[in-house]
Parts: sequence; structure tokens; C-alpha cells
Amino acid sequence: MTNEFIKQKLTDKFGEQITNWEEPYGMLTFTVPAAQNLKVMQYLYDEETLRFRFLTDLTAVHFPDRKGEELSVVYHLHNLVDNARIRMKIYVPIETPDVFTASQLFSAANWMERETYDFFGVNFVGHPNLIRILNVDEMDYFPMRKEYPMEDPTRIDKDDEMFGR
Amino acid sequence: MGRPVQYNTKIKIVKMPDGYTGEGFFATSFDKVVGLARANSLWPLPFATSCCGIEFMATMGSHYDLGRFGAERMGFTPRQCDMLLVAGTIAKKMAPILRQVYLQMAEPRWVIAIGACASTGGIFDSYPVLQGIDQVIPVDVYVPGCPPRPEGIIDGILKLQDLVHNESLRRRGSEQYKGLLESYNIQ
Repeated sequence: MTNEFIKQKLTDKFGEQITNWEEPYGMLTFTVPAAQNLKVMQYLYDEETLRFRFLTDLTAVHFPDRKGEELSVVYHLHNLVDNARIRMKIYVPIETPDVFTASQLFSAANWMERETYDFFGVNFVGHPNLIRILNVDEMDYFPMRKEYPMEDPTRIDKDDEMFGR
Repeated sequence: MGRPVQYNTKIKIVKMPDGYTGEGFFATSFDKVVGLARANSLWPLPFATSCCGIEFMATMGSHYDLGRFGAERMGFTPRQCDMLLVAGTIAKKMAPILRQVYLQMAEPRWVIAIGACASTGGIFDSYPVLQGIDQVIPVDVYVPGCPPRPEGIIDGILKLQDLVHNESLRRRGSEQYKGLLESYNIQ
């Protein structure tokens, strides 16, 4: 299975909707409209010649400078039969970070989406239990967003007198 | 013919406390005896979360052998133990659990923070990490190091034995101690 073949199959099915074709380090990467993420993944899952039935990783990236598409959700899919990997990206605005959940398609997405919600605040619509997974429940911010200063000089939880910072 | 047993003649016995001796009696103050007994039979409760825990395992092993100081048996239940050894990074999510373990220990109880992370957060100067366990429970001895060598941990335990040995029997009932616990919202 070659990248050209996967690209051809997806273009035949979805046409111009899939953009930004890239191959960094040989791994096929493309961007899908946020509303289409489940349709594309379902097609990649069901199509007998593609068989991307394993979700390796799911995470998000924050691009503070890209207005209207600040948050990117990245899916890594794996075809275990032909050992082929692809990377699928979607972009959503940070004001309404709504993404359809992949947890019905891949059970592995359940916790990974919780983690992505925990750190980036992506709202996975339809997720059965979208609560924080790694951070404390009381946390009221999304720590991996690039919107915080590197260090707050006024913080008091480190005692300067004893630790000489 | 002697029996095939080699007696260890290099045993060190703790010094007898000051007191009055006479024919068939010995009189001393009660807290000296209690202090002596407590200090030399501390039951450790290891709360190991990372690399300091590995150093602590070495401390308990045959080479460094913490058993020499009367802390032979690890109790993996807080209800039996006197000495809580917190070895490793404590995440903020772990803090309530650590606190629960401390609350389950019976008085008198002592806490040693082993290593930079347990003492101050160490290199993990970051949002998910508790910047020192003394934010949630009172600590008696801090052992520096990242991680500390077993010698360091033993030194910390000897320091704690000093504290235990010289602790007044009235300390746990004192207003000062109650104030300390209240500052941690305990009881």
C-alpha cells in the first residue's frame, strides 16, 4: 500500500474537501474539514482496500496565531495488515472547539479524547464521559494551550528564602 | 566441644538513660524510656512514587540495611506505622491520597520527605506537581538530594530518631501541636 494509493482513494471519495497533502518523513498527512472527521475515519475504517482500524494516537496542537483555526486535532491511524500509517488533522476555532467524538469508532479514543480535553479544552461532541483524566478535577484552565507566561514572578508556592530562586 | 555457632560480639546496645540504680532496681523518667523505645523501633511506611523510592529500596536492602536502626519491618498499612517516608514526586492529584494515608496513621506519627521533589517539588516546577508535601501534611525531616543516596536517607532517619528520642510526652497534646494540625485543616 502506497501513499499515492491512499491519496487516490480519498480524493475519489471526498474530492476537494481534503486539503494540505503532505508527506513529512514519508508519512501521509492531510487536513479534513472539522465536520467531516467521522465520515473520513469511517470510510478509512470500512473500505476493504484501506482498513485503517487502529487509532495509534489522538492529540491536539494550539496555534495561537492562526485566527479561526487555533486548535488542531491530530489523529494517527494505522493499518495493521499492511503496516501503513497516516496522519489526519482537523482545525477548529478556539471559541467553539467542538469536534465529533471518535469513541464510537475506536474505543481507544475514549481516554485519548479525555486527555485532549483535559489539556487543550477540545469539546468532543457525543463523548460518553468527557471529564478530566490526568489533572486535578478542580483545575479551571487548559494547561497546554499556549496562552500562559513562562513563569509568574509573583507566585508564592515556592519559598524564595529557602530555595534561593 | 563447642557448638558450631558464631556469636556476634560486636553488637551495639543503646545507651541506658540517666537514672538511679541500686540493688535490683532502676529508676528513671518515663518519657526517657518511652523515647528510647519509640526511637529504636520505628515502623516505616514507604510512600514511594519515583526514583527516590528506588534509593529507599536500596536503603532497606542488605547492603545499607535500615534494620540495623530498629526499622526492620515495613508496614504496608498506615494504621501500624509510625514513620511515613514520602519518596518521590507528588502530583497534585496524588496530594489527597497522601493526606488520607497520613490521616489513617495513629499518633504518634512522623513524616520524612525524601528528596528534592517531596521536599519542594524539585525540578518539577510545574502546574501538576505539588511544590513540597508540607503543603498538605506536616513534615519532621527533609532529606535533600535528587535522589539522595541511601546514606542520606539513613542520615535523615537518624535525625528523626533524635527527634523521637527527645520528644516530650506532652507534645502531642499541646496547644502548639494542635495549632500545627489545624493549620493543615486536620481535625
